Amino acid sequence: MGSMTDAPNRQNGPALSREEMERAYREMLLVRRFEEKAGQLYGMGLIGGFCHLYIGQEAVVAGIGLAMKKGDRSITSYRDHGQMLVAGMTARGVMAELTGRSGGYSHGKGGSMHMFSKEQEFYGGHGIVGAQVAIGTGLALTSAYKKDGAVSIVYFGEGASNQGQVYESFNLAALHKLPCLYVIENNRYGMGTSIERSSASKDLSKNAAPWGIPSRKVDGMDVAAVYQAAKEAMEHCRSGKGPFLLEMETYRYRGHSMSDPAKYRQRSEVDEMRRTRDPIETLKAEMIKHGIDEAFFKAVEQDVKATVKDAAEFAETSPEPDASELWTDVLVGE
Amino acid sequence: MASPILMPALSPTMEEGTLARWVKKEGDVVKPGEVIAEIETDKATMEMEAVEEGVLGRILVTEGTDHVAVNTPIAVLLEEGEDASAADGLDLGPKAGSASKVEKNVPAQTPAPQAPASTSTTDLVEPEWGETAEITVREALRDAMAAEMRRDEDVFLLGEEVAQYQGAYKVSQGLLDEFGAKRVMDMPITEHGFTGMAVGAALSGVKPIVEFMTMNFSLQAVDHIINSAAKTRYMSGGQMSCPIVFRGPNGAAARVGAQHSQCFGSWYAHIPGLKVVAPWSAADAKGLLRAAIRDPNPVVVLENEIMYGKKFPCPVDEDFILPIGKAKIEREGKDVTLVAFSIMVGVALEAAELLAEQGIEAEVINLRTLRPLDTETIIKSVKKTNRIVSVEEGWPVAGIGSEICTVAVEQAFDWLDAPPARVCGLDIPLPYAANLEKLALPKPEWIVEAVRKQFGD
Repeated sequence: MGSMTDAPNRQNGPALSREEMERAYREMLLVRRFEEKAGQLYGMGLIGGFCHLYIGQEAVVAGIGLAMKKGDRSITSYRDHGQMLVAGMTARGVMAELTGRSGGYSHGKGGSMHMFSKEQEFYGGHGIVGAQVAIGTGLALTSAYKKDGAVSIVYFGEGASNQGQVYESFNLAALHKLPCLYVIENNRYGMGTSIERSSASKDLSKNAAPWGIPSRKVDGMDVAAVYQAAKEAMEHCRSGKGPFLLEMETYRYRGHSMSDPAKYRQRSEVDEMRRTRDPIETLKAEMIKHGIDEAFFKAVEQDVKATVKDAAEFAETSPEPDASELWTDVLVGE
Repeated sequence: MASPILMPALSPTMEEGTLARWVKKEGDVVKPGEVIAEIETDKATMEMEAVEEGVLGRILVTEGTDHVAVNTPIAVLLEEGEDASAADGLDLGPKAGSASKVEKNVPAQTPAPQAPASTSTTDLVEPEWGETAEITVREALRDAMAAEMRRDEDVFLLGEEVAQYQGAYKVSQGLLDEFGAKRVMDMPITEHGFTGMAVGAALSGVKPIVEFMTMNFSLQAVDHIINSAAKTRYMSGGQMSCPIVFRGPNGAAARVGAQHSQCFGSWYAHIPGLKVVAPWSAADAKGLLRAAIRDPNPVVVLENEIMYGKKFPCPVDEDFILPIGKAKIEREGKDVTLVAFSIMVGVALEAAELLAEQGIEAEVINLRTLRPLDTETIIKSVKKTNRIVSVEEGWPVAGIGSEICTVAVEQAFDWLDAPPARVCGLDIPLPYAANLEKLALPKPEWIVEAVRKQFGD
């Protein structure tokens, strides 16, 4: 079957309803401001270790979030803050995990790369590149086994798409017709190595074609295009036809992690993307065309700012985990 | 309101850096994401971006300044319309919050944190299970899976050749017929992928049993066993659980060469978040595998191909199960403690026979579980016999025997009449040639020799 279309843009018909646009805008702005604040707290030494920011890629999670239904599961790599916020996890709990405090989702024992929410069906937060693809395929196996009607969204980067287990997973999901939506977030750089230098496959959306998994390449900077593609793909998965692959062409503005000197790309490339393709500005322009006025944007900005400020304050003041937490949660029942 | 811009930490280890260049000048408007300065760390020159929108009011640290500590105010950001004098009232001392300054919840001088006392294994009393019947270890394993699959619909088996072929070693014989293809799933030869998939399934609400055709192939999937299965409960602060069993034949078989002949006991017993059992008899196999399937944690079950065909009496009681974490004394004795697991329990029992002929009464402990290790049973025995020899098929370096001897020295030093000894497989990849293979694996005579040494012979 291969790629259904190479068209990078949304199809005809209504893009997003006013309500969907407003929700997407709010979520994208929340992720953007949250990540900016996380970067700042990292700079102040309040967040340690590795911290991978999602800035620039917001349309991917926001668009897919619009298409998800209650009970759908999601899983991703270590660049995970955006997925968590869109899954409905609280900014407070995520930020407090970043600062390693007891109020964090993992009581401070996971950190930026390892957060989970049973309630929101979010399965991490994985630090081993590509591991989440096999695990995510298992989330879909549970759905097939229990016939619970859920779709599992499995995010991974174009860097992970060179991992062998990704193709083992494609094979298993196609063999067993698992309701699994694979989403490649192609932000062009796996750490400091550009896609041109790491992948002989020039069209990642075709990477699942040998297994007959339908796919599409999507403009991942356009939330409406992401939503439309995700909706169609998830209907495919939910109807029992098996997995689907979406390649999101996106871009991260910041370095791979906080300690990335970014010598592998030109500043002008980043500036050009920000200026011409920014997902939040693109949606805002569209919304203005639809008559949504400045008062809305101002109110959302204020609202989001307050949420992030509150999360940061919580994350700075929440106590560090008690030493007794060292020994808890190693095994169930102890 | 005016606010200070602080010297940022730009790597996990950075404590200070050089302010190489100001890209923006006093009076410039800055927007989030715009580069305002260049900072040199010990590793690289990095761009510093503005976080808030505003006007760069006053530069406090001139470009070219070395050794600027993280969190030192380096400039003042004004809101649009504010006068530079708005910065006058600001506290421009170093800010609290840097990793080195934040007050830690750890006193300066503390002893290493002690693990909470584990529950005593003496409470894990094995009831009398009554009537037994002779069955093979292979049948015991199959019966254990069948019983648990009947008991719990969420339990299913996956692996290579487990369904239509009836198991590469016939362990899953008959299961496809009884439970169907949904619950007995043949997998392509893709350990990394199907193990990760099984872990994901376990995390989201079902209970897979993963059969590795041999444990050697679990190396292909070891990342998922350790990083994905064992650690997720901890990393999630106790939200996630991973009820999964990883099982298959472990250790040397018969002349299958180095890649198919090694013991993973010490590999998996090393990992917090895993439980590891290693059955010897049919009763061990049935009781421990049932317990492993019911356990809400990831459990590695190390079987042995040579033992599959061996017959043992096994309780017929439908509820028969064994506790994980409890060793069994297979033979009582007063002169020396032999500690073994899996196929080596039989070898140790043979050695005990030989020793008895020489007037030495050996106590033989069948560990059954490698993690958590039943140190209580070991120590109690050592305090009685005053001598201990560990027996394992695996390699000596950092092996299970190393752990057992350490435990004996740490907890029963004053009771020991001789240094603890280890009997292990030779420290080499296992050879193929019949004579060499035989020479490389522990036999009863090696154990007798180790014990005689402890008696000064």
